[in-house]
Parts: sequence; structure tokens; C-alpha cells
Amino acid sequence: MTEFTPFLSASGGALIGAAAVLLMALHGRIAGMTGILSGIIPPLASDWAWRAAFLAGAIAAPVVIGLVSGEPVSFHSPMPVTALIGGGLVVGVGVTLGGGCTSGHGVCGLARLSPRSIVATLTFMSATVLTVFVIRHVLGGV
Amino acid sequence: MQRVILAGMVGLVFGAGITISGMINPAKVLNFFDVAGTWDPSLAFVMGAALLVTAIGYRLVLKRPAPLLDETFHLPRNRAIDGPLVAGSALFGIGWGITGFCPGGAIPALGLGSPEALIFVAAMVGGIALTRAARNHVQTRTRNA
Repeated sequence: MTEFTPFLSASGGALIGAAAVLLMALHGRIAGMTGILSGIIPPLASDWAWRAAFLAGAIAAPVVIGLVSGEPVSFHSPMPVTALIGGGLVVGVGVTLGGGCTSGHGVCGLARLSPRSIVATLTFMSATVLTVFVIRHVLGGV
Repeated sequence: MQRVILAGMVGLVFGAGITISGMINPAKVLNFFDVAGTWDPSLAFVMGAALLVTAIGYRLVLKRPAPLLDETFHLPRNRAIDGPLVAGSALFGIGWGITGFCPGGAIPALGLGSPEALIFVAAMVGGIALTRAARNHVQTRTRNA
């Protein structure tokens, strides 16, 4: 079980939205983690520097939040290493073929009412629900 | 330089949102998708609030002729609803459902020093690199054919 946190989750969501708006207002870019990350994987994009800085900021965030709040960040990864490797590979292939993930399609694309992003988001949300259902209630996994 | 520093600060805001919202936590993400079991609806509030802010903000920002630090807005030009979009998104969903990690959640989780996040991100980077290499290979062959 994890605690239902509507207020914190909405506040965090608003911050994610604020970051998306800022990146568009300043850099003219979609705040999609797939697109930003892909640019620093060889062959490097010519504008890799701002991408690397964005990623560094995102990685620093939980450290800063932990220091400011004085409480450890809730985190638990229940899956075994083989699942993480297999799942990670599948995610990498999927987001590259699909041209985006939760942030790019699910937030930025939906906000622009992009038909591509609407199809992508409905597809990955359904696939995720189905996968979790099969693992937890059919196969009886964690 | 200004572009790079400001991108770092925007990344910090993004990562703070992922951390505070609980998207950083695979257990919480998996419970959001487990509607038939230990359902935790929190992440609907993440998506809802993020969408609301982005939709309103984009409406204001995209009225301007250009962003502050670049000459044009870089909006996606591909409008095709095709096989790769649907198959890729389905694969992403399967991987997300297996691990509880999506790219936007896993990258900030690296900051927690989580070995699980590191393993996931390494495998994901491998998947991205492989897919790009395969696509370039196919495109080159098609061009030369």
C-alpha cells in the first residue's frame, strides 16, 4: 500500500506543468524526458549542453527536496534486477519508436491537444494498466 | 551560457515536481495502475494539475512570436498516427507496468542514489541507442536501394 496524497501530488503536478511552460517560454522546447535525454546519447545533438543541464537539475531535485524537508523521499522499487533490465530496454525501444513518454506526450502533447499525443497516451496508459493487472492478478507477482 | 543555466533551473523545477508528486516512487506508480488491487489514485492528481498548468501556460506562451532564448518554437512536426507511434507507446506501457519507472520518473530517481533506477536507466539508454541505430540502418538502406 502507498498513502493517497492528493494535495502533494497535485502540487508536484503543478510544478511539472510550470517546468513545461518555462522550457517553452525560454527555450521554445517541449519538456519531454525522452526527447531531452535522447539528445545526450551518442550521436550527440548539437545543442546537448542545455539538455545535460536540464537532466542535472532533475537529478539534483530529490537531493534538494530531501535537504529542505528534512525527511527521506519515499521510494521503493519492488521489481527484481532482470525485470528492471528487460523493462528498461522495452521502455527505451518504445519511447524512441513512439516519439515520447509521459512528459512529452502525456503532459506537453495533451496540453497542445496533439492527436498523436492523445493516441500515444491512451495507448501507453492502457498498456500499463493491463501489464500491472497481468503481473499482479494473473501471474501473482509483486 | 544563460540558456544552459536556465535549463538547469527548469530541470530542477521538473525534478522537484516529480519528487513531491510521488512519480519518483515506482511502488506508488504501480499502485496507481493497479485499479483491481491496492489502487492509489494520487497520480491522477499529478497528471491533472500538470495538464491544467501546461495547457493554460502554453496558450499564453505560444501567442508570442518566439521564445525568449531562441529564434523559434521547436514544436513537433510529425503528425502521423502510424504503426510506430502505437506499437512504441504500447511497448513503453508494458515496460512502465513491469518496472514502475518511466523516463521522467527514473532520471530524478538517480539523485536518490538508487541502484534500481541506475539499472533501469542504463537499460533504457541501451534501448534508445539500439532503436536509433536500427532506424538509421533501415533509412540508409532505403535511401541506397
